[in-house]
Amino acid sequence: MPTRAVFPDKVTPYLLLAPQLAVTLVFFIWPAVQALRQSVLVEDAFGLATRFVWFENFERLFHDPNYLHSFEVTAVFSLAVACFGLALSLLLAAMADHVLRGAGLYKTLLIWPYAVAPAVCGALYGFLFDPTVGEVTHALRPLGVTWNYIQNGNQALLLVIVAACWNQISYNFVFFLAGLQSIPKSLIEAAALDGAGPGRRFWSVKFPLLSPTAFFLLTVNVVYAFFGTFGIIDVLTKGGPAMATDILVYKVYSDSFRALDLGGSAAQSVVLMAIVIALTVAQFRYVERKVHY
Amino acid sequence: MVERHSWFTLAAHLVLILGVALIAFPLYVTLIASTHALPTLLQGRMPLTPGDQTWINYSTVLGEGMSLSGTPPVSLMLLNTLVVALGISLGKIAISIIAAYAIVYFRFPFRMTCFWLIFVTLMLPVEVRILPTYKVVADLGLLDSYTGLILPLIASATGTFLFRQFFMTVPPELAEAARIDGAGPIRFFLHILLPLARNSMAALFVIQFIYGWNQYLWPLVVTTKQSYYTVVLVMSRLVNVVDVAPRWNLIMAIALLAMIPPVIVVIAMQRWFVKGLVETEK
Repeated sequence: MPTRAVFPDKVTPYLLLAPQLAVTLVFFIWPAVQALRQSVLVEDAFGLATRFVWFENFERLFHDPNYLHSFEVTAVFSLAVACFGLALSLLLAAMADHVLRGAGLYKTLLIWPYAVAPAVCGALYGFLFDPTVGEVTHALRPLGVTWNYIQNGNQALLLVIVAACWNQISYNFVFFLAGLQSIPKSLIEAAALDGAGPGRRFWSVKFPLLSPTAFFLLTVNVVYAFFGTFGIIDVLTKGGPAMATDILVYKVYSDSFRALDLGGSAAQSVVLMAIVIALTVAQFRYVERKVHY
Repeated sequence: MVERHSWFTLAAHLVLILGVALIAFPLYVTLIASTHALPTLLQGRMPLTPGDQTWINYSTVLGEGMSLSGTPPVSLMLLNTLVVALGISLGKIAISIIAAYAIVYFRFPFRMTCFWLIFVTLMLPVEVRILPTYKVVADLGLLDSYTGLILPLIASATGTFLFRQFFMTVPPELAEAARIDGAGPIRFFLHILLPLARNSMAALFVIQFIYGWNQYLWPLVVTTKQSYYTVVLVMSRLVNVVDVAPRWNLIMAIALLAMIPPVIVVIAMQRWFVKGLVETEK
């Protein structure tokens, strides 16, 4: 890694790094090490003795149908959030890139949901889709749809997906728009001269050039669905009904603070860490690849 | 020159207007609901025009709070949220800019080790290490304190990367010249680098202010005293009431108050927001 390295001081750099390293060690590294340690221990009922059990906690975890179910829910949830969110924001970004008049205004009107906290977003959707007073519930009734997400698991999952997409759409939009605007105009003009219409220009020229952005957003959205949606779930469904929306990060929380299963929740934390590391690596490989473009 | 079909441009505007309306609809319903009395909302279909209870609803939530649901006045919670958001955003900027300065402008043993230690924080979001981090904070006696709410979230690899990226674009001759003129590292940092980094700081501030303001899980586990509640934190408590209907008019007023400050920050600092978003992800 390159450095400017102009100052010969020996102590100053350590003093400058000290605050960040202290916070990192105390609140990041130490807890992560504790989670790793706990994940291979079993504590007796009174918390007096601990026993080293190798991977027993993990075995127990992966034989637990509830945990496997949570994995499935997370997979469906994150894929749906990523796909719907990306498709919708790409459509809006392509349109905003096309129009000349009002593009700035549209942008302002589309970026504000980013600022809304997931928990607040949950409250908004809780009211909109409330089984008795919700505006959308009323609108669905004439169509023959009985909307009750508090009892219907599929509807609950659908609702948290819609809310999560809404909350994340600005982020995707900003990146897609930036990606579209960085495509050289000469390429588009060349395609137009060759007789390609707006649809053809988009799918044959712009879309392939956007694919690195799309891949990056895909990983970011999966990470968001995995971890960033906790507030939405906690306000709307609390993982229910019947665990229909019990995503992994919600399960870690409820097992840690409600069930107080130390070894099990530590093993869950370690699994989640492995997932974040895999996703981060995927994201960084994308950055490396982008350099060659 | 690229040809432009007027029908296509018209369609694009239609799609955008539809998108904007769809995205704004929850906000509109929130706004309207916060201006009505509760019975109006509960007796069947809600009116889609403003009511006349605005003043009563907002003064109730700001002044008294909702004692039934065990929440303090919203004015207090807004203040707490502001303290946390500013603490996290300014704290992150401060510690990550000096860390990036050390990594870029000095050569010292264990430089790469330090860099990797900071990098690792990217892979350990608070949700993943929630129980052990809670235990550390409890052992340090930081539960129910601003320090406990802020400090564990303050380390930021993204901030350090952003400033490192920026420092690498500053011509090395600048530091050389400063050194020849007899300026030490601190003086160079304060008088030359810091003013140059203003844009990067503004960009990071927007992103981190939103991040801090919107924190949910962490305040949920480290606060038990009402006096430290943040406004985002009480959402679940308000919506998930047992035996009675949620007081939607007041909840929507609180939700609106909770999103006004971060939305204003994003819209007012839009230029830096987009810059921050795009650059912290490099």
